Amino acid sequence: MNRYAGNPGTVEALVRPTEVHRDVYVDAEIFALEMKHLFANTWMFVGHDSQAANPGDYFATEIGKQPVVMVRHTDGHIHVLYNRCAHKGTKIVSDRTGNTGKFFRCPYHAWTYKTDGGLLGIPLRKGYEDTRLQNSAAAGGMARVGAVRNYRGFVFARLAHEGPNFKNFFGESMCSIDNMVDRSPEGQLEVAGPPLRFMHRCNWKVLVENQTDTCHPMVAHESSVGTAVRIWEQSQPAEDAPKPMAMQVITPFMSSYEFFEEMGIRTWPNGHGHTGVHHSIHSDYSAIPDYYQKMTEVYGVDKTQAILRENRHNTIYFPNIMVKGPIQQLRIFIPIAADKTLVESYIYRLVGAPDQLLERTAMYNRLINAPTSIVGHDDLEMYERAQQGLMSDGLQWVNLQRLYQGDENFEETSIANGTTERQMRNQFDAWKKYMVVSMQAAPS
Amino acid sequence: MSFPTREALIDFVYDEARLIDERRFDNWLELWAADSHYWMPLEPGQTDAELVTSLMYEDAFLRKLRFERLQGARTYSQKPHSRCHHVLQRPFVDLIDHQAGAFATNTSFHYVETRLDDQFLLAATARHELVLEDGHLKIKLKRVDLLNSDAAFGNIQLFL
Repeated sequence: MNRYAGNPGTVEALVRPTEVHRDVYVDAEIFALEMKHLFANTWMFVGHDSQAANPGDYFATEIGKQPVVMVRHTDGHIHVLYNRCAHKGTKIVSDRTGNTGKFFRCPYHAWTYKTDGGLLGIPLRKGYEDTRLQNSAAAGGMARVGAVRNYRGFVFARLAHEGPNFKNFFGESMCSIDNMVDRSPEGQLEVAGPPLRFMHRCNWKVLVENQTDTCHPMVAHESSVGTAVRIWEQSQPAEDAPKPMAMQVITPFMSSYEFFEEMGIRTWPNGHGHTGVHHSIHSDYSAIPDYYQKMTEVYGVDKTQAILRENRHNTIYFPNIMVKGPIQQLRIFIPIAADKTLVESYIYRLVGAPDQLLERTAMYNRLINAPTSIVGHDDLEMYERAQQGLMSDGLQWVNLQRLYQGDENFEETSIANGTTERQMRNQFDAWKKYMVVSMQAAPS
Repeated sequence: MSFPTREALIDFVYDEARLIDERRFDNWLELWAADSHYWMPLEPGQTDAELVTSLMYEDAFLRKLRFERLQGARTYSQKPHSRCHHVLQRPFVDLIDHQAGAFATNTSFHYVETRLDDQFLLAATARHELVLEDGHLKIKLKRVDLLNSDAAFGNIQLFL
């Protein structure tokens, strides 16, 4: 049943100022339109360039539902190509990472492509003489995505050939990635191992909205974090006993509503935003020996303090990644179906910084984001119950009203109380914009 | 038990799995040496537990936390509880060093976890590194390598 394709008005009607219709989470046609429009029109995270460090190195992934391969060309540039042979459609690579040398070779008929996608060779080429192969769709080689930008190691792509440029799309929001990279004394990050891969039977937006949902930790995570606090207190540690690293990581989840209210939320245009303007759950980690000194040697005291004073919690880069600058982590919410999302959680090493920082980051990743994480178990249970509850016909709208102030202008950067749902409303404002911008109304 | 036999080491591994399957976690927590870890790597052949991500790397505090959470009144992901089931291949005894008091076994097993209408099967290999404390065998390290540790999973809520 086509209710939404070719009918942008019905899509726009799903988003009201303070509520959204459940079809945005559960409807298969809406999901297909998201893949066709939203995920093509916006700038999507592909990978980190350290995942393709040397010429010929590649990283195979998906942008939305589109299989792509990010590859380092002989001239050092990163290209993002559709992972499909121009000939019969065979996926060119199936392993997630590797080195292809100077060219890709299709395993089916041995057509070869340069690492910028250009068609290099075809066996028994004379079979194409006088067939005007040059006029075919195949002649262009492996198709390139619409646009690629490598921002300080973070590679983004836009599938559509026309659309907002990188700078206009992200605007000031790149300052969260800047802060994450600046925390390396050498201004450089490196991916540290493979990501955690956690399958969620819920819509991808349920996950993205949770990233700036500051009213759930003390409720949903009482079972894990509240229990941790109780066990620690029962062990009767000495007054001045240093808190174990694990306790430093998980205790702040049980902070009070006031803590989260005061941390603040900043929203930027195009659906981007972050929690933790003034402080965050990452603010009170103990200092790592030698790190501050290494930073001041490079940046000086003032700039070092400015970098380390910024302790943003979660930054959303709309539509589907979240970055934690203070602990060098990136989570990508990969849509698989309206009710299925794969979450991959990456960590990065601060090049030139002490290993203990990476140790804490790796610990955070496994304690919070793993399919074996007791904190992750709390969250997944809520997401899946939400997905199931949304099938109820009793109510068909989801409420996003907390601290709504009327006539919100999302084209302006704004700072608000940390428990506002303004960032969720900001995401849906951008969702509506990038869903319908390329939709044509069908002739009536 | 000053000199554990091969049979005692093998029995220990079977008994440990049984305690998990029967949810006797209080007894299970007592099987561990003072400074010990339960480790589930993320990558096949992983050598580093701390500077890359693991699925689990749990000391006594984190093991107790996982166990206590299972009993909590507001542990919604355990309403109802998960149940699990191990099928073990006979453990290989890889190390018996009475002088050092160090022992190691290698055990392939299939693990089934279930909750509500969901059930999943994992294949894994466990390496137990055991020591003697006060004459009792204790676990210094239990390393669980999932056959498909690099795959995407839903919730895995219990200890394997």
